[in-house]
Amino acid sequence: MAVTKHKKIAQNDRALKAMLASAGCALLAGLPTQSRAAELDNWDFDTAALIYAEGDSRVSAFEPVVNATRNFDSETKLNLKLAFDTLTGASPNGATPSDQAQTFARPSGKGSYTTSAGDQPLDDTFRDSRGAFSATWSAPLGRDWAYSAGGYLSSEHDYQSLGANGTLSRYLNQKNTTLTFGLNLSADSLNPEGGLPVGLSRAPVPGSSTFSTDLSNSRDGSSDNKQIVDVVLGVTQVIDRKTLMQFNYSLSSSSGYLNDPYKIVSVIDDNAGANYGGNFVKDGSNLYLYEKRPDSRLKHALFWQGKRQLDNGDIVDLSYRFMFDDWGVNSHTVDLKYRWDLGKHYIEPQLRLYTQSAADFYQRYVTSSDYQALDEVSADYRLGDLDTYTLGFRYGYRLSQDSELYTRVSFYQQASSGDSGFGKLKDQELYPDTTATMVTVGYRF
Amino acid sequence: MTKVIFLSAIVSSLVLTGCSDLGVKPWERDVLAKEEMQLIADPVEAGLDDHIYFSKEATSGGRGFGGGGCGCN
Repeated sequence: MAVTKHKKIAQNDRALKAMLASAGCALLAGLPTQSRAAELDNWDFDTAALIYAEGDSRVSAFEPVVNATRNFDSETKLNLKLAFDTLTGASPNGATPSDQAQTFARPSGKGSYTTSAGDQPLDDTFRDSRGAFSATWSAPLGRDWAYSAGGYLSSEHDYQSLGANGTLSRYLNQKNTTLTFGLNLSADSLNPEGGLPVGLSRAPVPGSSTFSTDLSNSRDGSSDNKQIVDVVLGVTQVIDRKTLMQFNYSLSSSSGYLNDPYKIVSVIDDNAGANYGGNFVKDGSNLYLYEKRPDSRLKHALFWQGKRQLDNGDIVDLSYRFMFDDWGVNSHTVDLKYRWDLGKHYIEPQLRLYTQSAADFYQRYVTSSDYQALDEVSADYRLGDLDTYTLGFRYGYRLSQDSELYTRVSFYQQASSGDSGFGKLKDQELYPDTTATMVTVGYRF
Repeated sequence: MTKVIFLSAIVSSLVLTGCSDLGVKPWERDVLAKEEMQLIADPVEAGLDDHIYFSKEATSGGRGFGGGGCGCN
């Protein structure tokens, strides 16, 4: 009975594999049925779909992924991955809430949206879809070495990324120690909707007398570039039959246009009077500036991970990451997973804690007396003081030796903090929490 | 920067010298060979997580490359 069931699952898996393979590549075309079945046995598929939804109908995302691996032998493989994602919803534009209604131009410069008094300014036209493809070849080099080489490309309507990477590993102590060197190069280009904003220029306010001048002064061409180089040095060590550890040091250097083209900063009136702490009005309308970040960033990260199977078969997976960069951001991340083995089933609770300090140029708002002297500024909460928590549960069911169905539900919370403003601004909620729910369903076969 | 290189050099040399006594024989790899015992047990899930955290926080990478790939940050 069990054998028949397994056979049936294996047949179903094969049918699914065939479907995915024929949809994705033409490798199998022309092969006789028997060789096709044999060829399919060399492939592993991992498919999943994620739904990400923020509370208060903010950003929601849907991301299906297909990951296919062709095994040539136990150490030689080709991995292909295809992912799509679509994003919709409303995203904070960086401006502070105010005691007055605020009207902002759409990024394109055409059309506008109005935020009521006391509400978070959110650009509700946030909509994007992205397609990404990557391929990685990995193989041994003699007995003591291994390498991998890969490339990827990703495309959105306003952002493209093209990258190449490689790793070289050296095995020592009967393969109990592995030293790895990795290098990744990425060339990205952006072409934001409505042109490329000039950092610190005035954002055009619809209906104002200076709208068209501000719009043309705030744009400089339509596209720019960003380059990223990542280097990773890693040591993986087998401790005993049930324990292994990894330690990585990584360096990531970005340069080019690093601003978020859709983020602005509010200028707040600090002149004594009735408008103290309100939006600063210049030439008859509120003054907002486009954000400006430095044109380079160097990040360092130290990463440690330990994994151990306990005597009862459960697995504990703990990792810690410390990151610091020349923007003044420091962060700590702790990630703990406990896989509770229940035979064919397992439950894996997960807890992730993350905390970061603000970038040197992060300011929730700027004042009317200091905005002209700024070199750089961003009010993007993702560069501010931020704590996040993720609590997740994964449940998996092993259908056969090689196939598994799983689902994961996670709750994610972001809590920002910082300077609470002055005057009228003190009454506004400058650091609202964000919560999100993530649901993933996956099938590996 | 110098501090990091120095620290990494010390840690890696400690790891390397200390580690020659650690480890298992080739025939003792039954547990470590399991899929769920790999450092990244589910690369697809790890990729989805990286994408979310990359677009929501100021840190990325560490485990692997922290590069670009999307305009979400």
